[in-house]
Amino acid sequence: MRYAYFPGCSYHGTGKEYESSTHAVAKKIGMELVTIPDWSCCGATASHGKSHLLNIALPARSLAIAEGMGIGEVTTGCAACYQQLAHANIRMTESEEIRDKVNKITGKEYKGTLKVKSLVEAIGIVDPETIKPLIVKPLTGLKVAAYYGCLLVRPPEITGFDDPENPVFMDNMMKLAGAEALDWAHKTECCGASLGVSNLNIAVRMINKILKAAVESGADCMVVACPFCHLNMDYHQKSVNKQLGTTYDMPVFYFTELLGLAMGISPDDLGLKTHFTDTQKVLNQVG
Amino acid sequence: MELINVNESISKNADFIEQIGIESGQPVQKCYQCGKCTAGCPVAFEMDYPPHQVIRMVQLGMKDELLKSNTIWICASCSTCSTRCPCKVEIAHVMESLRIMAGRSGTAPVGKAKYVEVMYNALLSTVERYGRTYEVGLVMQNNLKSGKLFNGADMGLPMLQRGKLKLMPSKIQGAAEVARIFAEVRKMEGGVK
Repeated sequence: MRYAYFPGCSYHGTGKEYESSTHAVAKKIGMELVTIPDWSCCGATASHGKSHLLNIALPARSLAIAEGMGIGEVTTGCAACYQQLAHANIRMTESEEIRDKVNKITGKEYKGTLKVKSLVEAIGIVDPETIKPLIVKPLTGLKVAAYYGCLLVRPPEITGFDDPENPVFMDNMMKLAGAEALDWAHKTECCGASLGVSNLNIAVRMINKILKAAVESGADCMVVACPFCHLNMDYHQKSVNKQLGTTYDMPVFYFTELLGLAMGISPDDLGLKTHFTDTQKVLNQVG
Repeated sequence: MELINVNESISKNADFIEQIGIESGQPVQKCYQCGKCTAGCPVAFEMDYPPHQVIRMVQLGMKDELLKSNTIWICASCSTCSTRCPCKVEIAHVMESLRIMAGRSGTAPVGKAKYVEVMYNALLSTVERYGRTYEVGLVMQNNLKSGKLFNGADMGLPMLQRGKLKLMPSKIQGAAEVARIFAEVRKMEGGVK
């Protein structure tokens, strides 16, 4: 298991727990993540509002570098980066015209030989028999609402590894870790993503609906696979409480954090102490 | 309610209808207004025209109304609509093409739509300069341009305390290559701010 790894711009900032827990879990399962040298921003949620070409060319630079590494497969934890890389990859593979045009823009030759996988897929397809013996502290009794959001599973023409309406990859991993994965209604509802920066008063209403559904499902915590989902669900939980008068206190983890916990990796190494919504009650529960 | 002469609008804006079809690559003419996109849209509550109406307006060539609408900016591009459309119209792609067209035509978004555009520009300008997103620079530029000076200010300290805020930008080695991407796209398309 060897991947060219795209960290994404939040890797040392808002999403740093995702980064540390990703590497800790990858090491345990024997997955080698080789960072793409001098990777650049994928354009995030901004470039598709500006230009079709810019939207493909920004991720194409990193794809071209990754192709030169000779690994064949790229993975990234961030759902937005994944969407951007996978989208550019498909556009450049299916059309020679677009590929030539974009290569001219980047000044780098991308031939279109890579496969792009989200980290959820990359870890989710690992043989359960490899993971089971590593689960030394099963999360017995922990009720988890797995939240996938939008860009990880939609549109299916770009993503395609899981069901766009009722994805199960993270649920299956949580079950492997010994937790109970709940059926709930808002698995793939959008959190508003960057509306949390530009128009927080809109985003809080979107986040509120998701948190409400998670609480109603009886969840002890949520798991996510996107730094934006995490920022909105974890940090902006208090913005929701402040603006809408709610009293949410729902710990929100990256799926790699809970997997790591079940594998006996220390909470400090996973970054569990830098969340905004207290994680202690879950840590107490799973001991 | 404003009265619209449909025949006039369609013939006057035939180019626009065709262009949206080509740019987005979507068969907008197939939409029969079932409303499934709007029913599932998580942010329809904030839009001046809900998604199914946007597609109808494209069919009717209502260019000015569309390019001025807040909908095309408020759309979070989550693709719920695209995934559920029985006619396989990727509505999120249509929204994207409308945003790009609005930018090209110099139609300035207002209010909440403007905040979205300002944020996009702030993010991209840090990428053009450093090769990666620089969050502090993004927020500062966003606040200056949107006039919401203290937007997100309460995030600063808690982020800093958790080591989640890098005060200084870090430039990648190939920052000039990224700047070149922006320059080349501008040369090819013109108008990318």
